Amino acid sequence: MRLWMLIIASVILSFISLFVGAIDIRPSDLLDWGSDETQIFLISRVPRLLAIIMAGAGMSIAGLIMQSLSRNKFVSPTTAGTLDAAKLGIILSMLFFTNATYIQQIIFCFIFTLIGTLVFMQILDRIKFKDAIFVPLIGIMYGNILSAITTFLGYEANILQNISSWLMGSFTLVISGRYELLYVSIPAIILAYLYANKFTVAGMGEDFAKNLGLSYRFVLNLGLTLVAIISTSVVLTVGVIPFLGLIVPNIVSLYLGDNLRKTIPHTMILGIVFLLICDIAGRIIIHPYEIPVNITVAVIGSVIFLTMLFRGRAYAK
Amino acid sequence: MRSNQTKIIFLAVLAIICMLLYGFYDIKGGFDYAFPRRVIKIAAMVVTGIAISYSTVVFQTITHNRILTPSVMGMDSMYEVVQTLIYFFAGSMSIWVVNRYLNFGAAIIAMVLFALILYRFLFRTNKYPIYLLLLIGMILGTLLGSFVTFLQVLIDPVEYLSLQTRLFASFTNVKAELLYIAMGILLIAFIYGFQIMSKLDVMSLGRENAINLGINYDRMVMNILILSSVLIATSTALVGPITFLGLIVANLSYQYLATYKHSTLILGASLISVIALVGGQFLAEHIFELRTTISVIINFVGGIYFIYLLLKESRSAG
Repeated sequence: MRLWMLIIASVILSFISLFVGAIDIRPSDLLDWGSDETQIFLISRVPRLLAIIMAGAGMSIAGLIMQSLSRNKFVSPTTAGTLDAAKLGIILSMLFFTNATYIQQIIFCFIFTLIGTLVFMQILDRIKFKDAIFVPLIGIMYGNILSAITTFLGYEANILQNISSWLMGSFTLVISGRYELLYVSIPAIILAYLYANKFTVAGMGEDFAKNLGLSYRFVLNLGLTLVAIISTSVVLTVGVIPFLGLIVPNIVSLYLGDNLRKTIPHTMILGIVFLLICDIAGRIIIHPYEIPVNITVAVIGSVIFLTMLFRGRAYAK
Repeated sequence: MRSNQTKIIFLAVLAIICMLLYGFYDIKGGFDYAFPRRVIKIAAMVVTGIAISYSTVVFQTITHNRILTPSVMGMDSMYEVVQTLIYFFAGSMSIWVVNRYLNFGAAIIAMVLFALILYRFLFRTNKYPIYLLLLIGMILGTLLGSFVTFLQVLIDPVEYLSLQTRLFASFTNVKAELLYIAMGILLIAFIYGFQIMSKLDVMSLGRENAINLGINYDRMVMNILILSSVLIATSTALVGPITFLGLIVANLSYQYLATYKHSTLILGASLISVIALVGGQFLAEHIFELRTTISVIINFVGGIYFIYLLLKESRSAG
């Protein structure tokens, strides 16, 4: 697949996304600047498209970084407890820092997510038996433990339905004024591109990386920080979007190999295309209502992941 | 080293102490009112504990491993799917919810079907290594789980509360008549179980050896699979899903009793799960005064134990 094909696909899908929804908007309506349609277009449709683009690109890149740092194709924010740590961070800050400002709460969530991911990387270091299947297994279990704590707290405070409805990934509630936090993922993606080669080297192990003159700790921590920034901003604004960081980088690596410099643009655009397709499908299937995007992503994503597991075992090793 | 008989007696005494503590501790507002209610709860916990341990041990024997359990392979999610679908399409006032027998029957049939499909496509082919099966089970769980979440968000909040009490294992809303059916199923399972205990011991030697020794292996596997899913379905329908209980108690029992005799293993695992459930519920309810159901705590402890087991197994494998 060529990059320009992906870009054309994403442009077409973006255009469709702008004009699909509960209210029928035609391009000709936009000529009248004062009309309701134009207002809706500017307040809801454009921010929604921007949010999808940033979340899709961000989550895919986050997965790619984690996969090259751990040198395991099946490590991603979904399979390493990162998203569960972000969820737990949010509920903790809701319960215990009610008086803190919004910014303080965001910073708390971010630090919590970072620590959650670091803990998993520590566990990974201790494992001698680094089978491609075994590592995500531990990661998923680790995520389960974190979400058991989240459920426990939600049950005690009686806000379980709040959490489950509001943390499920959905772009329905994205309007201008509620998604701007996502912009922090743009510098994160740029940094990821600049450091791409170093992530690959760091993935080869601490000794090897140091031999090549790389400050291993710094690169590792930078990578995990970028992952935490992207994950926190996405979970806080649109909720949990599973599997995106897992499957998109894997599909790209199937046809393009593992040179990060080359694969980052593809991964980014393919992530956007995938998320756009899922979101548009969610808006069309039960029009004028909407299926939250994390359902379509989880259903399509888990099916793709299962196929990868059944057929691609030789490739994963 | 103590003999297994002493160990079983020790566990039984511990289980009885837990039951007495739970039954009589701090009874207020009329003995006649509170005591029968507590007895029902204890009975429910005992039935659940035995059903889960029994099904887990036999399931692990036919799949030749100590990590996979019916719950971990997604049976719990299947239960949630059935219940949520019923609430979603029929509503909490429909006959499928109000009539406990119907509700119970629907859940059991769906779960048995699910287990048969799992076995046919995953275990019988013998093609997939165990960690892969585990990962597949978990991803299936995610798939079913996200489907459930989607329906739950659409459900009216009042109906959701009613659904929530069904989906989180809770011994406070056990219905007596449902308990009697569960006891009946357990009794039938045990009568059947007595005949197959020694066959199970032979089957743990592996497929080829067992067939050599005159076991109709494939038919036995089918029977045990149905038995195991009926038991899990029973306990899940009775008190809701408790994913990791079977895993913890089966492994503790292998470790503590160090035997291959299924009669001893199942007895030991059942006693351990009674201790865990009744003792755990006692601590949560009376000592820590939590509102949380015991399942959340067991899933938390069980998750940690599971990682420990995986790491231990991987060391011996790698």
